[in-house]
Amino acid sequence: MKREWNVGLVLSALSAAVVLLLAWWAQGRLGGYLVRLVHMWGIYVIFVVSFNLIYGYTGQFSLAHAGLTAIGAYTVALLTLSPGAKQAMFLLVPPTWPISVVQWPFFPALVLSGLLAAVVGFGVGAPALRLRGDYLLIVTLGFSEIIRLLLAALPTVSNGALGLVGIPTYTNLVWVWACAMAAIFVTKRLVDSSYGRALKCIREDEIAAEAMGVRLYYHKLMAFTISAFFTGIGGALLANLLRTVDPRTFAPSLSYVVITMAVLGGVDSLTGAVLAAGIYTVMSEILRVVESPITLLGIHVRGFPGLRTLAFAVMLLLLIRFYRKGLMGGREFSWHSASVKLRGLTTAMKGKGGEE
Amino acid sequence: MSLLEVSDLAMRFGGLLAVSGFNLRLNKGELVGIIGPNGSGKTTLFNMITGFYRPTEGKIVLNGKDITGLRPDQITALGVARIFQNSRLFRDLTVLDNVLIGHHFRMRSSPVEAVFRLPRYVGEERQACDEASRLLEGLGLASFEREIARSLPYGLQRKLEVARALATKPSLLLLDEPATGMSIEETTELMDFVLRLRGDYELTILLIEHHMRVVMGICERMTVLNYGKTIAQGTPEEIQNNPEVIKAYLGAE
Repeated sequence: MKREWNVGLVLSALSAAVVLLLAWWAQGRLGGYLVRLVHMWGIYVIFVVSFNLIYGYTGQFSLAHAGLTAIGAYTVALLTLSPGAKQAMFLLVPPTWPISVVQWPFFPALVLSGLLAAVVGFGVGAPALRLRGDYLLIVTLGFSEIIRLLLAALPTVSNGALGLVGIPTYTNLVWVWACAMAAIFVTKRLVDSSYGRALKCIREDEIAAEAMGVRLYYHKLMAFTISAFFTGIGGALLANLLRTVDPRTFAPSLSYVVITMAVLGGVDSLTGAVLAAGIYTVMSEILRVVESPITLLGIHVRGFPGLRTLAFAVMLLLLIRFYRKGLMGGREFSWHSASVKLRGLTTAMKGKGGEE
Repeated sequence: MSLLEVSDLAMRFGGLLAVSGFNLRLNKGELVGIIGPNGSGKTTLFNMITGFYRPTEGKIVLNGKDITGLRPDQITALGVARIFQNSRLFRDLTVLDNVLIGHHFRMRSSPVEAVFRLPRYVGEERQACDEASRLLEGLGLASFEREIARSLPYGLQRKLEVARALATKPSLLLLDEPATGMSIEETTELMDFVLRLRGDYELTILLIEHHMRVVMGICERMTVLNYGKTIAQGTPEEIQNNPEVIKAYLGAE
């Protein structure tokens, strides 16, 4: 039993190394368009994994994602932009003191983005997680909107509605996928531990969990803070990829996109999260077709921008109606099950060979 | 020495006085029954003892410590376990996980130690697994360890709930109508099981029952509630012949 577990760990470490090598290789080889897609995929993985932790495993429905992403994104942007660039960009009012002079290297800026999102997440979660169900949803939605409005209303901090442009790009596929795998590793190890068991019990039945000695509030707040940390990291990577951020980037629809992906993959499966993030990234490119002008049988239809969102909404509805548990339905890829399947496959092939 | 001492307990919901003037003294190792018609305040009483309701009046003392108004998880940690009237298993978790959760509050390792599987966490987790397995074996559930709880037949689910409660290592066990939905034979078997538990795990048991016949056989003392008031207290024989009790159950002549 113990040996098998270690073999799995070695295999996981090896494949993580392979993923990073691939990412490093792909960065230069794949065209800019494809690199961007794989990039988005990695960032979405981070978002979905952190949403799964709080919703899929702990059962707390939160819409704080957009707000926490914004905090990560603005933090990294303001820390990595040079003081000169900021002075030039802040047209209405000059930036306030620490922002006007600070310039950090990318890695510490990235870490601070996560930490700041975690601190804010803790601050929001502390009162909000005392509420249950729909009330938590309303408070977290309100939080996201407050963050967005604050960003628009504080020109000395965020340059208001003008947003930030020309954010230097440090991120590449290796960074993104290293962060994504770190998020997967931490989440997987946490949910498989005694703490994860407590989270799942809270999801299943809060009253019974409490009667079994589980400190509800502590565990919810822990999951929420960890989730916020990774959301902040994801936001920072997103800002770095987009190179420009403004308050509209972080509208509630960002949270909905994450939820769509999470439901698609199955909210309590990390394997599902990775798959769904990939599928969503590809689909949103393919579905661009529905937004562009089409001529069909001599009838010309002009494109409707935003129709993609409608397509996703329909997809989500169908998914919830017919495939509620998502692609993976709580199942996970594991080395053990993969080896069992592989063995089954080889025996089947041998069997066929014997017949011939 | 008395394990639990409840004095002048009252619970008011708006204009409704659900329980009032309730007194109870439980000695170590006793098995005491609480009976009463539907809506007489039995479950409300349990909710107060386990911390789900904060009593409007009165005091609950466990092992000399005042536990009135503590949170349910704190009270569980002090050694009170409870079995709910309606099954509240973690239905989508395995049988083993259902029991393991009872060990979680004793864990001293931090989440960080858990994520990185540091030695202290690994040791604690292994010890919890060993104890949980032994507990399941003792109750005859060992062969179902890996099954999902909801796949068990009803009788075994009830048993698993008992196992889960025992995992918190309680000194006081509260059973809320454990025989609901059971036949006479199953009920008799369950009561034997409860008696055996009391010996094996050195438990003190407080048992709520709706049907008088069930408790008569095994309780040493009983308290009868009606409309939130204690109408009788004593041995089963005394209760059986108490005119007040007969009136509450059968209606006035």
